[in-house]
Amino acid sequence: MLLNIKNLHVSIGGKEILKGLNLGVNAGEVHAIMGPNGTGKSTLAAAITGRDGYEITEGEIWYKGKNIVGMSPEDRANEGIFLSFQYPVEIPGVSIQNFMRTAVNSKREYQGLAPMSTIEFMKLMKEKQAMVEITEKLQNRFVNVGYSGGEKKKNEIFQMAMLEPSLAILDETDSGLDIDALRIVAHGVNQLHNAENAFVVITHYQRLLDYIVPDFVHVMYDGRIVKTGGKNLALELEEKGYEWIKEL
Amino acid sequence: MDQHPNENIISEVTNKEYEYGFVTDIETDFVPKGLNEDIIRLISKKKEEPEWLLEFRLKAFRHWQTLKQPNWAHLDLPEIDYQDIIYYAAPRKRQEKQSLDEVDPELLATFDKLGISLDEQKKLSGVAVDAVMDSTSVKTTFQETLSKHGVIFMSFSEAVKQHPDLVKKYLGKVVPYTDNFFAALNSAVFSDGSFCYIPKGVRCPLELSTYFRINAANTGQFERTLIVADEGAYVSYMEGCTAPQRDENQLHAAIVEIIAETDAEVKYSTVQNWYPGDKDGKGGVYNLVTKRGLCRGDRSKISWTQVETGSAITWKYPGCVLLGDNSVGEFYSVAVTNNYQQADTGTKMIHLGKNTRSTIISKGISAGHSQNGYRGLVRVAAKAENARNYSQCDSLLLGDQCGAHTWPYVECGNDSSILEHEATTSKISEDQLFYCQQRGIPTEKAIGLIVNGYAKDVLNKLPMEFAVEAQKLLSITLEGSVG
Ligand SMILES: Nc1ncnc2c1ncn2[C@@H]1O[C@H](COP(=O)(O)OP(=O)(O)OP(=O)(O)O)[C@@H](O)[C@H]1O
Ligand SMILES: [Mg+2]
Repeated sequence: MLLNIKNLHVSIGGKEILKGLNLGVNAGEVHAIMGPNGTGKSTLAAAITGRDGYEITEGEIWYKGKNIVGMSPEDRANEGIFLSFQYPVEIPGVSIQNFMRTAVNSKREYQGLAPMSTIEFMKLMKEKQAMVEITEKLQNRFVNVGYSGGEKKKNEIFQMAMLEPSLAILDETDSGLDIDALRIVAHGVNQLHNAENAFVVITHYQRLLDYIVPDFVHVMYDGRIVKTGGKNLALELEEKGYEWIKEL
Repeated sequence: MDQHPNENIISEVTNKEYEYGFVTDIETDFVPKGLNEDIIRLISKKKEEPEWLLEFRLKAFRHWQTLKQPNWAHLDLPEIDYQDIIYYAAPRKRQEKQSLDEVDPELLATFDKLGISLDEQKKLSGVAVDAVMDSTSVKTTFQETLSKHGVIFMSFSEAVKQHPDLVKKYLGKVVPYTDNFFAALNSAVFSDGSFCYIPKGVRCPLELSTYFRINAANTGQFERTLIVADEGAYVSYMEGCTAPQRDENQLHAAIVEIIAETDAEVKYSTVQNWYPGDKDGKGGVYNLVTKRGLCRGDRSKISWTQVETGSAITWKYPGCVLLGDNSVGEFYSVAVTNNYQQADTGTKMIHLGKNTRSTIISKGISAGHSQNGYRGLVRVAAKAENARNYSQCDSLLLGDQCGAHTWPYVECGNDSSILEHEATTSKISEDQLFYCQQRGIPTEKAIGLIVNGYAKDVLNKLPMEFAVEAQKLLSITLEGSVG
C-alpha cells in the first residue's frame, strides 16, 4: 500500500480535530474526500505533509513502507508527497522559475543527484507549462503574487507536474476554477496519473469527479471517515446533501 | 589557519562559519602602536607625501583631539582605546613592483583565495580591480585599457604622486575633516584607498572595483576613496571587503567621497562582509564609515547600493548632497544582522537645487539577538523648489530576540516639495516557510529564498558580478537563524 493511515488523532493547540481516521491508498488509485466545512479535510492534508503545529497524539501514517510521523516536511516532499494548497501562499520577489528550480534541485540533492542543467530545466518547464496551458514567461512572475484564485490553482498543478509526485493531495483545487480551467487541471492530473502514483482529491463538488474519475469516494465528518463508496456516492451526496451523513 | 579548504560551492553555502577568516602569513611593515603627531608624520613620510597633505593630516588630527566619540546611534559601541591601535601596516615590499610577477606570490594567493584574481588573463573581463591589503594598495589591474580612455584609477597614494593637483582639488570637499569624529580620525591617519577620475564625456569602459582586506592584527583600517566624474562622465564602481576571524575587535573607519559634475553619473555598489564576530558576539569589525556624494552639476546623479552583511557594528549613512538643479540621489540598501551584530545605517539626502529628486529603499533583516536600525534624513532647503523624495523602509524579523528600528527624519523648508514615506515591518511567515518545505526545499534554503525575494528590489540594482555573491552572502549570514 502506498499510503496507510491508521487510527490518526491530530490536535491543533490542544483541540482534537482528527479523531481516529483510517485511510488506505494503493498506487494507481484516485481517492476523493468530501465532507462538510470544518470536518478536518485540510487538517488531514497538513498531517500527511508534516506541517508544524498539527500534533499527532495517536496513530500512524505509513508511506512507502515507512511510518513518516516525525519526518520533516521537506523530506516527505522529497519522498514524493505533494500538496496542492487550498490557499496557495504568495512569496514576493521570488520568481516561479527560481522557486521551481530550487525545488527540483533540492529533490535531486536529496536523491544524491547533481543539479539539473539550465537547458534541461528550461525544457522541463516548457513541457509542463504546455501541459497546463500556461503560456506566460515564468521567470518574471513571483510565486502566486498578483494571481487570481484560478491562476493560483493552475500554478499548483503546474508545480505538481514539475515535481512528479508519487502521492498528490489536491485540496479543493477545483474551487474557483472556471469550466475551461477545470478541464485543464483535470487533464493535467489525468496525464500524470499512472500505475505507480496515487491522487487524493479533496472537493466539495461532484463536477470535478466527472473529469477525474475516483476509484473511491470517502465522506469525512467530525474528524473521521464515516462512509466510503464508489464514484456514485458523490452523486448521492450532491443530491441529498450531508444531513443524512451526520446521522451515521 | 585556513578556514575554508573546501572549494565546493555547495559546502561553501552550507558552511555556517565566516569563510574569509584566514590570516595570511606575510612580512608586514608596521608603525608603532598609538596616535600622536609623530606617528602621523611617520605615516606621511613612509608614504613620501607632499607637505600640503601632511598639513591636512595634522589639522585633522588637532581637530579630532577636540572631539568625543559620538554616542547618539542605537549601538552599544564600547569606548575605543585609540592609543592601543596600530595605524599603519603594509605588506613589506620586495622592491618597487612593476609587473604582476614582482608582487609577492603570497599576496596574490590571498586574493585568489578571496575569489579576486589579480591576473588579468584569468580575470572576468569588464572589471578593473584595485586590491588593498591592510594599509596599502597591492595592485591595480587593467591600467592600460583605462588610460587609453583617460580614466585614472589607482591607489590613493599613487594618485597623490601622479595627480597631486586633482587630489588636492577634491580631497575633503565632500566630507571635510570637521564632519564628524571618525571622519577627522580618518583624515589624520588614512593609509590608502582608491582614486578614480573619469574625464569629461567619458563613459568608463570597465566596472571599477576596489577590494579591501584587513590582514594584520591590532591594526585599524582607514582607507579613503575619492571618485570624480567630470562633466557628462559615467562610472560604475564596486567595493568589497573581508577580514580575518579574530577574537579582538578591529576598527575600520573609512571615508568615501564622490563628486558628480554636470550631467555626470556615478553608481557606487558595496557588498560589506567584514568579519561579524562569532555566535556569541566575540570579536568582529567596528565599521564606522562616512560616505557622501556631491551632485555638484545640474542633472548629475549619484546612486548608492549597499548590501551589509558583515561587521560586529555598522555605523554608516551614505548620502547625497543634491546641489545641481535636476540632480538625482538614490540609496538602495539591504542590511542583514544575525547573532549579536548591530547596525545603525541609512542615508542623508540633502536637497539644495531645484527639481532635485531622491529615492530611498532600505530593507533591514534581523535575526538572532541582533539590532538593526534604519536612520535617515531627508532635508529640503528653502531654495529647493519642487524637490521630491520617495522613501521606503522595510524591516523583516526572523525570530523574536532581535530588534528592528526606524528613525526617519524629515526637515522640509520648501512647500513645493513632495515627500513620501512608507514603512513596513514583517515577520517571515510560517505559511511561506511551509509552502517552500512542502516543495522539498529545506528550511535554511527556504529562508534564503524568501529573504532574497524580499531584498530583490535592492539586489537588482547591483552589477551582475556582485548580485550573485550578494545573494549567497544573504543566505549564509542567516544560516542557523531559525529553528
Ligand atoms: N490553525 C488552526 N488553529 C485552530 N483551529 C484550526 C486550525 N486549523 C484548522 N482548525 C480547525 O480545525 C477544524 C478543521 O479544519 P479544516 O481546515 O481541516 O477543515 P476542512 O474540512 O478542510 O474545511 P473546508 O471544507 O472549509 O476547507 C475546523 O474547526 C477549524 O476551525
Ligand atoms: Mg479545507
